[in-house]
This record gives sequence, C-alpha cells and structure tokens, in this order.
Amino acid sequence: MKKILIPLAMVVVLALVPFIGVQYLGMSYLFGVIIPYAAVALFVAGFFYRMVDWLGRPVPYNITSTCGQEQSLEWIKQDSIESPSKPWHAAVRVLMEVFLFRSLFRNNKAELRKGPDLVYGSAKWLWLGGLVFHWSLLVIVLRHARFFFVMTPGFADSLEQMDSFFDITLPAFYLTDALVLSAITFLFVRRVTDAKMRIISLPTDYFPLFLLGGIVGAGVLMRYIAKVDVMPVKDQMLRLMSFSFEPPGEIGTLFYVHLFLVCVLLLYFPFSKLVHMGAIFLSPTRTMLNNSREKMHVNPWRKPMRIRTYGEYEDDYREKMKKAKLPIEKE
Amino acid sequence: MSKYLQKQADLQKEFDEKPSSLKGDYAQKEWWEMPVEFREGNFCFPAKPEVIEELGFPNPRKWSVTEEDWQLPEGWQKTLMEGMRERIKKYRSLKLYLDSCVRCGACADKCHFFLGTGDPKNMPVLRAELVRSVYRGDFPMVEKILKGFAGSRRLTKEVLREWYMYFYQCTECRRCSVFCPMGIDTAEITIMVREILQLVGLNNNWILAPVANCNRTGNHLGIEPHTFVQNIESLVDDIEELTGVTVNPTFNRKGAEILFITPSGDVFGDPGVYTMMGYMLLFEHIGLDYTISTYASEGGNFGFFTSNDMMRKLNAKMYHEAERLGVKWILGGECGHMWRVVHQYMSTMNGPANFLEEPVSPITGTKFSNAKATKMVHIAEFTADLIHNNKLKLDPKRNDHLRTTFHDSCNVARGMGMFEEPRYVLRKVCNSFHEMPENTIREQTFCCGSGSGINAEENMTMRMKGGFPRANAVRHVREKHQVDSLVTICAIDRASLPPLMRYWNPGVSVYGLHELVGNALVMDGEKKRTEDLREDPMTGFDDKGDDVD
Repeated sequence: MKKILIPLAMVVVLALVPFIGVQYLGMSYLFGVIIPYAAVALFVAGFFYRMVDWLGRPVPYNITSTCGQEQSLEWIKQDSIESPSKPWHAAVRVLMEVFLFRSLFRNNKAELRKGPDLVYGSAKWLWLGGLVFHWSLLVIVLRHARFFFVMTPGFADSLEQMDSFFDITLPAFYLTDALVLSAITFLFVRRVTDAKMRIISLPTDYFPLFLLGGIVGAGVLMRYIAKVDVMPVKDQMLRLMSFSFEPPGEIGTLFYVHLFLVCVLLLYFPFSKLVHMGAIFLSPTRTMLNNSREKMHVNPWRKPMRIRTYGEYEDDYREKMKKAKLPIEKE
Repeated sequence: MSKYLQKQADLQKEFDEKPSSLKGDYAQKEWWEMPVEFREGNFCFPAKPEVIEELGFPNPRKWSVTEEDWQLPEGWQKTLMEGMRERIKKYRSLKLYLDSCVRCGACADKCHFFLGTGDPKNMPVLRAELVRSVYRGDFPMVEKILKGFAGSRRLTKEVLREWYMYFYQCTECRRCSVFCPMGIDTAEITIMVREILQLVGLNNNWILAPVANCNRTGNHLGIEPHTFVQNIESLVDDIEELTGVTVNPTFNRKGAEILFITPSGDVFGDPGVYTMMGYMLLFEHIGLDYTISTYASEGGNFGFFTSNDMMRKLNAKMYHEAERLGVKWILGGECGHMWRVVHQYMSTMNGPANFLEEPVSPITGTKFSNAKATKMVHIAEFTADLIHNNKLKLDPKRNDHLRTTFHDSCNVARGMGMFEEPRYVLRKVCNSFHEMPENTIREQTFCCGSGSGINAEENMTMRMKGGFPRANAVRHVREKHQVDSLVTICAIDRASLPPLMRYWNPGVSVYGLHELVGNALVMDGEKKRTEDLREDPMTGFDDKGDDVD
C-alpha cells in the first residue's frame, strides 16, 4: 500500500502547492511565468541530454531480435519487418512499434492449470489500453496548440472537431478526455489487481499515472465544471510563446494547478522511466538489421587480441598428432 | 534418480498446490524482501580453482555456494560497481535497457523459468530490476532526496546472492525481448552481469571447464586430437556397418574447399553422434570436398557465457584455422548459441575474413549472399538448397517409424531468424511432422531450460522446472498426434532435452535434423537398410515387409 499512497500523497501536495501559492499568497508570477519557463528549459535540456548520452554510447555488436524469417535462400520468403535486412525494413519495424505497439500486440497470457498444464490465451487488453492511453495523450497535447498560436493551426482545428464528435456538453465534450481517464484507470487497476503487476510495480510507476490523472482532472474541471475563462489563459500562453516576462492577467486558480502539474511532469520526464519515449527509437534489438553475416558490423572499441594459435596447439600435441597420422606444420 | 532431482510427483504437487505469482497469489511481501535460497538441485557448482587459474580469471579458490562465506576479494563492491560502469559506457544496449523499462509487465509470464518456478524474481522485468535497483542507487543525490521512492538499493551480500542465483536462472533465450514494447533484451543484462560476477570469482564450473578445455584442446569436451580423430573414425565404422557405405572424412587437410565445424557434442555425445553420422553421409552423398579440424573442433562457444573477450578468443580459432588450411568458406553444424555467435558476433569480433570467398554451394552453384561477410553457412541452409535443387536422393519413408515435431532453438530463432530452412528439410526427409502449439514455436519458442551453460547435473531440478513449458508443449502434440520424436538443431538441446523428456514425457526421443537426413539418404552402393542410424528398426523395411526400393 505504501508504494501507492506515497506517490498519491505527493501528487495531492503538488496540486495544493500552486493552489495555496496563487490563491492565498498571490504568487501568480512564479507559477505562471518563472516555473513554466524553467520547466520547459529543463525538459528540453534534459531530454536532449538523455538522447545525446544514449547516442554517444557505442553499439559494439549487432543484436537484432529476429522475430521472423531471415533473408537467406531466394525461394524462402523473408519476413522483412520482423527480420529486417534493409534500413527501410527496420524503419517500418520501429515505427510500427511507436505507433501501433506491435510487440505488445503479440502479448498472450500464460495460465497454469492442474496437471500441471500450461495454456496460453489471448491478452490484448494491455495493448489496447496502452494504445488508447498514448494516442489520447498525443491528441490532447496537439489540440492544445490552439492556446499557443494566435491563429489555431489547421491540424489542431481538425483534431478538435474530430475529438468533439460527441457534442453532448457545453463546451463540447472531448472524447479523448474520457478515453485517457479510462485508460489511466485501467493501467492503475491492472497494477493493483494482478499479483504479478503488484509485485513489479514501484512508486515510480504509480506517480506518473497519478500525476497525469491530476493534470487531466484539473483540465476537465476547468473546462466542464469550473468553466475557467480561456481567453486570459490563451493570452498568457501567447506571452510565454513570445518569451515575454510580463505578469499574467486574472486567471482561475485551477489553471495554475493544471499548469504546475504539467511543469512537474516536464521536470520529471527526462529523469524517469518516461524517457522511454525517446528510448524506443534507439533500441538496438529493434533498430538494427538482421544482416550481420552479410555485412560486417564494426565495434569501435575492438582491440587486437592474443589467441591460442594453431602453432601453439601443434607444439603441445605434435607427437599425438603424428601418431594419429594428422598432417602437421613442423616436424 | 539423482539426488539433485526432485521426484516428479513432488514437483507436480508443488505446481498444483504451492502459491505463486503465476497463479495470481500475492505474497504480501515486496520482492526485495524475499530470501534467496540455494538448495540441492537449483544451482551449479562453482568453477574449480585450477580452471580459473588456467584461464587467468580473478579470485581462484575453493568455495561453496551454500556456505555463508563466499570468500569474496577485498573491495568486491567497488570492483563490481566499476565493472558495471565500464560496461554501461561500452554498451548502449545495457544503458538503454536499464533506463527505459516502464514495468508494463508484458514480459512477466514469458520466461520459461518463471512459468516453471512461479518465482517472481524470474519475471524478466524483476531479473533486470535486480540490477536496475543497484544502478539507480548509483546516483547518490537522487537516492538521498527520494529515499525509497525510486526503489534503489545498495549492493549488499544478499543482493550479490540474488544476482548469482537469478542470472544463472536466465538462459539468455531472448523470449522476453520478443514481447517487450521497448525491445529490452534481458540476455544483454544477463551477459553483462555474468561478466562482472566473473571479476570477483563468482562463476560456474560447467561453463568454465569447457572454456578452458576449448582453449587448450580445441573443443569443450577436452578431446585431444588423436582421440577426436579416433572417435569420428569409429562413427565411420558404424556407418559402414549400417549402410555398407564408406564415408571418408579428412582432418586438418590443407586445400579442402570447405571447413566443417560442428559442436563437439556431435562427435562425442549421444544422441549427437547420430547427427554427425548424418552429416558425413550427406557429404559423401554429394561428394563434398571438406575437412574437419582438430584445432577448431568446437562450434559451440561457452566463452559467450563468460565474457566478451573469452567469446572472441575461442571464436577466433575458426578464422585462424580456415586461413591456415586455405579453405574457401566454412560450413557450420547444428547448434544454437554457436549460431548466435557466428551470425551476430563473429565478423564483428574477428573479421573481416578476406582470405575466404563468398560461399557458393559447389553442388548447386547457389551463392549464399546472406553470408557474404562472415563466410559461414548454416548446414540447414546448405541442405535446404541441395534438396530444393533436387541434388539428394531421399526416401522419407525411412523415417516412417518416427512421428516428429520440431523444437526451434532459442538462439537460432531469435538471434538469427532461421525458421523455414529446417522445417523444409524436415518435411522432405520425414512424412510425419506436427507443429507444437503456436505460442511455443518459432519466435515464441521455449528454451530447453538448460541453455547458456547451466546444463549441469547438480542443477537438475531447476532445469526440469525451466524446461517445463517446452515439455508441456511437446506433451500436447504427443497426446494429439502421438508424436514420439523431438527434432532439433542444437547440440545443447540434444544433450538436455533427453532428460527433460524422460522426466515429463517418457517415450519421446530427441533427434538432430541431419540424423533424419542421414536416415533418408539413399546412398550409392548401400546395402539393404532395415535400421536407422541408431539401429532402431525402420517401419516397412524389415525382411518380410514390401521393400519399395
């Protein structure tokens, strides 16, 4: 329980910080200007650092995970995605991981029955939940573009129209809000109900879920219930976009809670498991080509090495080799 | 039955009754609070001091795993941490895989050791977490601010015991990496941890003794040149007796077109020797100009389970010998980890092999352009090409006494991607072939439970547990299709699957693919065949039956 309650309490406290700070202490400049700039700067620098750091480390061997037929004889059909031999094969492989969670789609569930007998059942829920979670977040982030530009970009406009397809509330209800909240709930529930998930989960697994829940929750409250006026919000975002340090106007406190939690997420991002967003593009088992016999892969830190040579071997066994009528180099 | 092997009825009871995470029971304990227990049958014996000395590895001594004092060298924590830092610098994979796990749990029930033991620390995510927790603690500032939050811990003796246990309960089979959405490969982590454990003298004799042998005599079994030759010659005699055909292997012969290298298990072990007989019959059948080396007499490479340098050192003999003998290219026999090393590491470690030529089949003229750089061809590719070009005279009815299924070996499957070639060959030499259930074959294949050098007798109970998912899948086809023969292209499989089958599926025998090829080959000048290579009677070929030939 501790590993669930601590991160939950952390998110609650983090949500209260801006609330108290703005509502009672009047620190809207800190929460509306300084912290957002600092968070974005650290996010960009941190994420950049992580990527550069990974990219700077050598990949000494070709370690493709081959999940399909290799390229070999002409008449044997190669599985070019799961056993890529050309760069575009691997590109498709990685992009399918990124956009469709291809490996997760393979997921199955092993069940031990009396006997003992192992049976494997389909288990696509994690794939579906994960996909809904990540895609909803992406759509939500993209449709926030309308706050950052004077003219709402076209893609954000069309995304918003699609997202508010179920026009049942005022303002229009966003499908992704419901989807992401359901997905977060699903991801949380499976961590606490499945015995395997309970034991592998750490506070750092619950924290981002609660944090995102808090961000979405604050956003939803702002839009549908507290109905925070969006014009000063957009004004403030436009000021930030133009690197202005002017103080923000009158905005509902709930907005500061939302914004601060986003800042926490940005800060947390590069230094936590959330960096998997960048890592997935670099994973050697997926990005590399299964052509290691066709093309020599170079290990940058390979050094010359002494081996036990044939000569030394023959020196040790010459007499025995002669008796066995084996050809030898030296008499 | 050995004292290291739990009685089958007891183990069955354990599976059925003992609570485990696999069955959804939660122990009310965090994994780091669970004790590590070394018992008879669940670990391998440490390497003998003289073996360690011969190889020049650190801390040779006599010690016992079950004793409290492991006689670790002074400053062992520092050695291990520095060893880890060094490898994190040298391998992007290690750093990336320590950093990017989200603990989604997709890998949890994919490991054969978890399925066979229900021990949570055998879930790949936790196996890696054993190291990750220490790695995270390596940033003291974060640890101080957020104590307990990130799940970090210090490298204590208890942690070390965990590492020693669980990184020798991973066979580097890579099944988890197939399912991981990040492509995290636990084998990478296991390889590194075993390598750093070596730095403080924690190892296993079943790996290091073969490594020392291989370095000295050329092969894992420590067979000296004259004995190696004698042994193959006795197989030649067996072939002559059985088939009336004389095959003529040559040894260390300069100027041969092809150097043939196979695991030494094929030369010495039962049932590997029958596979060796199959190779020799095949080469005789097509008149191949080949030679076998007594110096590079090992295809396998236990160095792979030891350290990067050791793997490279043992592997280097293949090219060294090929160059000395002046052959055109190398043909490799059936083996699992050998092929991971040859396919994914060899040219990087010891290439370029410019003294060799791009492999071309002298019989069919087929260019093996997929082996253009490494210049080494897998025997299943070679034979599939021969059959496809109608170069072999085969009578698959000679295998009618066998009802087969095919076991994809982990390394050949997930570290090479060879699935169709062996199946093609098998279908052409044998009429009865049934696949095991789909979640247990091809890229999802299960390890035999004894790969990566944990095939020791004293580890038998653990091997039977780890091999259980494989055995269980065989049982399915045994019940459904009366399968009695498990065909494989791996020497470790040929050594480890027979006891696994005896334990879980009595009545199922283990065969190498080329043993079946050898059975089916109709040789020039052969005598009437009534028995297969292991002298078992073939169906429909007895004296009374109608011999269709």
